[in-house]
Amino acid sequence: MKLTSDEQDTLQGNHGEAARLAMAVIVDIGELFGAEELIPVSQAHIDTTIYMVDAGVEFVEKLCELGARFSIPTQLNPSAVDLQRPEKLRADGEILEKSRRLERAYLKMGAIPTWTCAPYQQGLVPMFGEQIAWGESNAIAFANSILGARTNRYADLMDICVAIIGKAPGFGLHLTRNRKAQLLVKLADIGSDRFRDKTLFPLLGFVFGELAGDRIGALEGMPKDVEVDDLKAFSAAAASSGAVGLFHIIGVTPEAQTREMAFQGEAPEKTLEITSQMIQNAEDRLRTTNGREADLISLGCPHYSAVQFSRLRDCFAGRKVHDSVSFWVNTSRSVYSWIENSGVLQELEQAGVTVFVDGCPLQYPKKNWNFTVAMSDSAKFANYCFSQTGLEVAFGSMADCVETAVYGKIIRRGLSWQQS
Amino acid sequence: MATVLKARTIVPGRCRGQVIKTSQSISFWGGVDPGTGTICDPRHELFGQTISGKILAFPFGKGSSTGSLIMLELVRIGKEPKAIINIKTEPILATGPIVSKHFYHREIPIVAMDKDQFEQLRTGQNIKIDTLEGCLVIID
Repeated sequence: MKLTSDEQDTLQGNHGEAARLAMAVIVDIGELFGAEELIPVSQAHIDTTIYMVDAGVEFVEKLCELGARFSIPTQLNPSAVDLQRPEKLRADGEILEKSRRLERAYLKMGAIPTWTCAPYQQGLVPMFGEQIAWGESNAIAFANSILGARTNRYADLMDICVAIIGKAPGFGLHLTRNRKAQLLVKLADIGSDRFRDKTLFPLLGFVFGELAGDRIGALEGMPKDVEVDDLKAFSAAAASSGAVGLFHIIGVTPEAQTREMAFQGEAPEKTLEITSQMIQNAEDRLRTTNGREADLISLGCPHYSAVQFSRLRDCFAGRKVHDSVSFWVNTSRSVYSWIENSGVLQELEQAGVTVFVDGCPLQYPKKNWNFTVAMSDSAKFANYCFSQTGLEVAFGSMADCVETAVYGKIIRRGLSWQQS
Repeated sequence: MATVLKARTIVPGRCRGQVIKTSQSISFWGGVDPGTGTICDPRHELFGQTISGKILAFPFGKGSSTGSLIMLELVRIGKEPKAIINIKTEPILATGPIVSKHFYHREIPIVAMDKDQFEQLRTGQNIKIDTLEGCLVIID
């Protein structure tokens, strides 16, 4: 890999020890994966934010003590807890303390305290073609696919190194030639009218991700008039069931306005089909409840948008959450302040909804609560729920989740793809 | 007689140790217990077995970008594998050993080999990896 004299200087330690260490990691990864040069990136989204193991805290604190500062605008994925209302969440003491240490170090290094996994719906939203370095699987897939920005799937720790240096090895999805679709994925018996059922988006994403694995797939057959929150649900599900960093939706996403564009003029390596039966099987595999009722509704995986909160308020239509159910929604501090200003938050709170910021629904402090079954509108949440939280899980639309909360019984209304 | 396998250096280093091999992919996040170095995914064929101090052979990594952090934690508490052998190594998997090298001065070599070479590996074999002059993987 060719390095400029300035990059060489950094590698020699002439710009400080922190920069030397970060550059050494970046150069090694670049050499390994065939990068010819380092390319400037305009912003970073750091995934190493949820306290999981002490190695992460030590790594960030060490760089901070060595004087590391982020050289590009840098935003943060969720913390393990609600940093503003840890008592309400009944956050575990040790996890809160370690999360505070991460918070202090990141803020000292200059991070913007976004604490969200949906950075594309507030804050630093990259433009088409912009070279960026993002972590967090759903955010990476959204940035590459829906926005047409360019990022590799940044590993934890590597994301921090790139944010310090402001440059990344130029390989993989940063390069045009590596962004062409390999698989053509068609919808067999799923017509465009079926997309009126919003649960099709996350379930389809889940199946798509399983089929694609680490290859780039192009989906054909989704109507053009889709909403961004539906694409978000598709993208998050696909990136949880497969190592999906980029996908195309023909006629919808920017690099795939036509099939030719998606495949950069080449023929698909393979064509696959998704059937209604595969969608139904996906939902069956995501449900682990066995007839038990939900005692927790958990929304906001990824973090809810202001639009989703308005819809949620409309679904309640003045009704209230049943005594046997808790209703939690996770979002960012920015979206929280918007819905607080608009009054939507107060209406939802009167209905019995609790809104948390900064945290992740999959990190809920299980020791301090006695929930047994969660219900969510997110296929990503349902996919990870049991392994991460120990809760059984049911899946449904936002409206199903509200009806379940109001009646205290799991309600999953007619699936439109079953009608044929 | 010793058998020499052909491999490519991903992360350089040398070591000698015992192989633990699987034909299934491994996700370090959710798949390996960061406190003990044992495989903790009940769906995995190595469930309950330790990778710490072993030469871990698996075809590909999969999944989460948090895998690099779990690997660094294994290094921090001294429960890391001695080396890794893959068919294909993805950047997320290589990040843990590369960060370990620079931040903890701990060497976890990674080599990649073609499928036919990989298939000559067996759990329990004692092997030597040395990437310093060429890339050698020798079954004793």
